[in-house]
Amino acid sequence: MATVQLNNIGKVYPNGFKAIHDVNVEIDDGEFIVLVGPSGCGKSTLMRMVAGLEQVTSGTISIDGQEVNKLEPADRNIAMVFQNYALYPHMSVYQNMAYGLKIRGIPKAEINERVNKAADILELTADQLVRKPRQLSGGQRQRVAMGRAIVREPSVFLFDEPLSNLDAKLRVQMRIEIKLLQQQLGTTSIYVTHDQTEAMTLGHRLVVLNFGRIEQLGTPIELYEKPASLFVAGFIGSPAMNFTDAKVSADGDSVDLIGGVSFKLPEGIYRSFANKEVVLGMRPEDLEIASSDDDRRDMVTRLVEQLGADTLVHGSFGEAKADMTIRLSGIQNFNPGEVLPVRISPNKIHLFDPQTEKRLD
Amino acid sequence: MLKQVHFGPSYIPYLLVTPQILITLVFFIWPAGHALYQSLLIEDAFGLSSEFVWFENFEVLFADEHYLGTFKRTIFFSVLVASISMGFSLILAAMADRVIKAAMVYRTLLIWPYAVAPVVAGALWVFMFDPTLGILTYGLSMFGYDWNHKLNGNEAMALVIIAAAWKQVAYNFLFFLAAMQSIPKSLIEAAAIDGAGPVRRFATIVFPLISPTTFFLLVVNIVYAFFDTFGIVHTITQGGPAKATEILVYKVYNDGFVGLDLGGSAAQSVVLMAIVIALTVIQFRYIEKTVEYS
Repeated sequence: MATVQLNNIGKVYPNGFKAIHDVNVEIDDGEFIVLVGPSGCGKSTLMRMVAGLEQVTSGTISIDGQEVNKLEPADRNIAMVFQNYALYPHMSVYQNMAYGLKIRGIPKAEINERVNKAADILELTADQLVRKPRQLSGGQRQRVAMGRAIVREPSVFLFDEPLSNLDAKLRVQMRIEIKLLQQQLGTTSIYVTHDQTEAMTLGHRLVVLNFGRIEQLGTPIELYEKPASLFVAGFIGSPAMNFTDAKVSADGDSVDLIGGVSFKLPEGIYRSFANKEVVLGMRPEDLEIASSDDDRRDMVTRLVEQLGADTLVHGSFGEAKADMTIRLSGIQNFNPGEVLPVRISPNKIHLFDPQTEKRLD
Repeated sequence: MLKQVHFGPSYIPYLLVTPQILITLVFFIWPAGHALYQSLLIEDAFGLSSEFVWFENFEVLFADEHYLGTFKRTIFFSVLVASISMGFSLILAAMADRVIKAAMVYRTLLIWPYAVAPVVAGALWVFMFDPTLGILTYGLSMFGYDWNHKLNGNEAMALVIIAAAWKQVAYNFLFFLAAMQSIPKSLIEAAAIDGAGPVRRFATIVFPLISPTTFFLLVVNIVYAFFDTFGIVHTITQGGPAKATEILVYKVYNDGFVGLDLGGSAAQSVVLMAIVIALTVIQFRYIEKTVEYS
């Protein structure tokens, strides 16, 4: 159990590449933090710095209030689950899990007890404990890798994209297992992924990284409801948020698309942005079929995707050619070319500054 | 499903392997067959007459104390050459594996000795350890040690072993380094997080994982020490002093081309042939087992 503080962390590689810019994160005891972002955003680098596998160029990392910048990975009381599991191929499953304990000079009886307890938690059978990693399936190897982390009883778990080598079905299953395990053990965890679904479902809080900077830090719902930037808005949520160029009206109470279609804004909030060019963002699931005529906007359907549980309708508003996606629940039958009456609640509208790409409100 | 691409019959594959087959036949199979036949003959020193004696040459050989002594000497020599050169190159490879800056420079420099011909390698060591001119002999004399491998059989043996081992370090280094670099980095990192320091990581993770390479090199090095060290022995000691450095392959030459006992020499070649066949079988039988790293 521990807290983790990242203070003004920066990382510059010897070739001059700045991978991380001034990152600040305070992780509470028992919290599950997910570092998420596209590949190359620095999320793995940041985690590897916490693990002690990468040098920290500037700033300090503290675990439980103690600065660990200069400590070896072994002395930080962390355990890490690697993307390729990194199981020792020449050792049995049992030996893999016991390795770290043996090195720390823990008595045999206790090693045995801890390994068996971890095997129990992860539902690894006694028969599997004597096998070599190559005789196990991907999901079982994943479990062993987690077992190796659990037996150490570390103060922080680090997960480096642990599910990306599994097939889609197993990934969902293991995601749930990891979440349950963390709930059960209550160990502070840092999890790296590029998958926004994984991030949303696992994390108590998410750190969205882009080009080595934090775009936003918050709970999954905060990120979903109030994305701080265009990047976060586009990254969180699937299908992605619709964006189109627009302009706030002169009275600040509505936003106008090119071609005359306009949407109502919540009253009073956007007055100061009157006549400003903006990027309008609307989530596909927030757009719905209008039941009355007064707030309907006509959308011309271009393509309909039937997913069974949902129907995705692609189309555009009037003269504005920007592609819009609507997500309607259930099976809906529309034909391309059909005109749909569409509405959105004013408080579901997101506006962003086209220059700074920051949220306006 | 077919695992290979199949083409129609063509003469081209046969044409392409013909040169290699011809070279093998002329330079390996034919002389080997000739040695087999010769080992059953006793020939007079002038080559004017020969007599077919079945296995008499072998009987004489295995009753000969000198031959058995040479056998033991060769085993001693081979074990030391293989272990010194492998041990040394293992350390070098482990260190080169950790080097990040200018890694290519180190590797290139360490590979150079492999390009040196055995005779040249021998000449190099002969110069350095020459009892009257050698720089290292001079250095040793400053510590009060009087080096003379031309008179002292143990010193001669030590010199031949050092020269032969040095020559093989580059080859072993190359294979060890390649094996170490094929170990996924995350395994080493996982071990580091598990609390293992560099030495422990090497002993418990790296060394077990490169064991197939180690075994392969062990066979290769023994074959090298048995057969490819003729040039080194010939330039440094000519088997002397008093046959102290006469290993099997040198005795074949000495008995056959100097002593002109062609039948006995051929019989010795046949014994060596059997040894190399046995080693090759071991190599093919056990080395094909590969280690899966992930």
